[in-house]
Amino acid sequence: MPLTTIGPRALEIRGVEKSFKKRRQEPVRALRGIDLTIDKGEVVGILGPNGSGKSTLVRVISTLITPDAGTVDVFGIDALHHPKTVQKMMNRVSVEASFFKKLSARENLLYGSKLYGLTSAEASPRITEILEGIGFRMKRAGEPMENLSRGMQQKIALARALLTSPMLLLLDEPTTGLDPRSKKDVQAVIWDIRRRHDASILLCTHDMGEAEELCDRIGIMVDGELIAIDTADGLKRKYQSGPELPTLEDVFMAATGTTLEEASMEEEEKELVTA
Amino acid sequence: MSELAHAPRAERPRWLLELIAAWGFAQRNFFLTKRYFLWEVVWLAYATVSAMSIGFIGVDVDRGGVDGARLTTFLLIGSILWGYLSMIFDLLSETVSWERWEGTIEYTFMSPASRATQLLGTSIYAIAYGVARTALIFGIVSLFFDMDLSNANYFSALVILVLCSISLVGLGMVAAVMPLLSPEKGQQVSSIFTAVLLLVSGVYYSVSVLPGWMQAIAKFSPITYALEGMRAALLDGATLNETWPSIWPLLIMGAILVPGGLLIFRAGERYAKRTGLLKRSG
Repeated sequence: MPLTTIGPRALEIRGVEKSFKKRRQEPVRALRGIDLTIDKGEVVGILGPNGSGKSTLVRVISTLITPDAGTVDVFGIDALHHPKTVQKMMNRVSVEASFFKKLSARENLLYGSKLYGLTSAEASPRITEILEGIGFRMKRAGEPMENLSRGMQQKIALARALLTSPMLLLLDEPTTGLDPRSKKDVQAVIWDIRRRHDASILLCTHDMGEAEELCDRIGIMVDGELIAIDTADGLKRKYQSGPELPTLEDVFMAATGTTLEEASMEEEEKELVTA
Repeated sequence: MSELAHAPRAERPRWLLELIAAWGFAQRNFFLTKRYFLWEVVWLAYATVSAMSIGFIGVDVDRGGVDGARLTTFLLIGSILWGYLSMIFDLLSETVSWERWEGTIEYTFMSPASRATQLLGTSIYAIAYGVARTALIFGIVSLFFDMDLSNANYFSALVILVLCSISLVGLGMVAAVMPLLSPEKGQQVSSIFTAVLLLVSGVYYSVSVLPGWMQAIAKFSPITYALEGMRAALLDGATLNETWPSIWPLLIMGAILVPGGLLIFRAGERYAKRTGLLKRSG
């Protein structure tokens, strides 16, 4: 549950709109009037199919995309007008670990830490500590990233984010495409971050179980719209039609009229048509 | 790991944070050079052999009664300086496409390090690496050729080298924006630009032999002035005063191109953020 609500919220998004224009095509509305808040220490999940706008939302928060309308405040600071200030407070792990593939984990982490103003002397002991904390064998710290499994790369991406002590952590499908064991390992690291660190977290995922297990509140996003957001139990009660509480899958079906898989396929087909 | 939650955040003045980040970019490129060491050896060998093959043209002409040593030196200065300047230009202009190819562009662009810092860090490494590589090539080539450096004014040559490095950094910054605006075609445009610079700047011949319209283009290339100044300094021992016709255009170009390049790059970044072009795949 949220640790505190004193002071500004970790994240406050109001009326965010974003459309993309493709040549000789109608603009695609990627985000439609998004309102979202995350309290300090809270973990909020966004469930949605491929192409629903989750990644665009994360890119807007991480200052990589400028919205057409709306406001984004991170710990009370306007991210659109003071991007450098909010960039210091947050970090992100995306679906594909973004590393220099020929560089080692240690070299990539040293580089990442310097972008956030940490010297090698400050970063080195923390790199060792964090990598050991996620169960990484230090004798592999000098190996090129391309030699490591995807699951291990994602764990190192989480380590890189932790290295900068982010107050807001953006996790954009960090377990998508991982084998079941790697997925569990990465989820365990996220669970550990949530338990031990005071970071507020936005977790975008396809995985209902992951959302239910890790998140205080869960939002459902379809076609660029956040159509519902509540605790898992709150969502289940809201969409309850019989004597028993529905599953999160049932909730998604009731809210969107489709399953997550079907919605993903529809979005992918739409993307193919407009590509 | 629990104490990490309370690890002190880097509360440092902005300039120091940017300095650390600039060093981070330079160090990252050094790490990459180490990792691609065999390729570095290949490129060094290629550049050396390329310079030597040009140098032998001068040796060949020597048999015909022309001052071969002077022509050889003229050609080698062109070849070696072009190798150095084009490498600085390429490293800067590939700043974005390299990150996009590696998939790190979003991570780098969402960090608090500014683009000026990124380009500064990349420039520092490009110049340091370029000077070391060029010195090595020069050393190897001088073993094979009798270069006419008896009158050389090395101080003037150094000043020209510094000034043309700054101009090329600025030009590279301008070119770096292309892959930002067009992920698919941006780098190709930069390559065409490099080819035009090679053609018009008088790398292997005097600019005066070019058609009039090419000479007009050459006036806008900092490499033209760098080569004229460097040749005057190394072949004729020209003093700073004597190389002033080459120095002042380089000063003006550096003063315009570096801040202009930064402004253009920032404008390109704003456009990319508005249109969603800051993606790894493009």
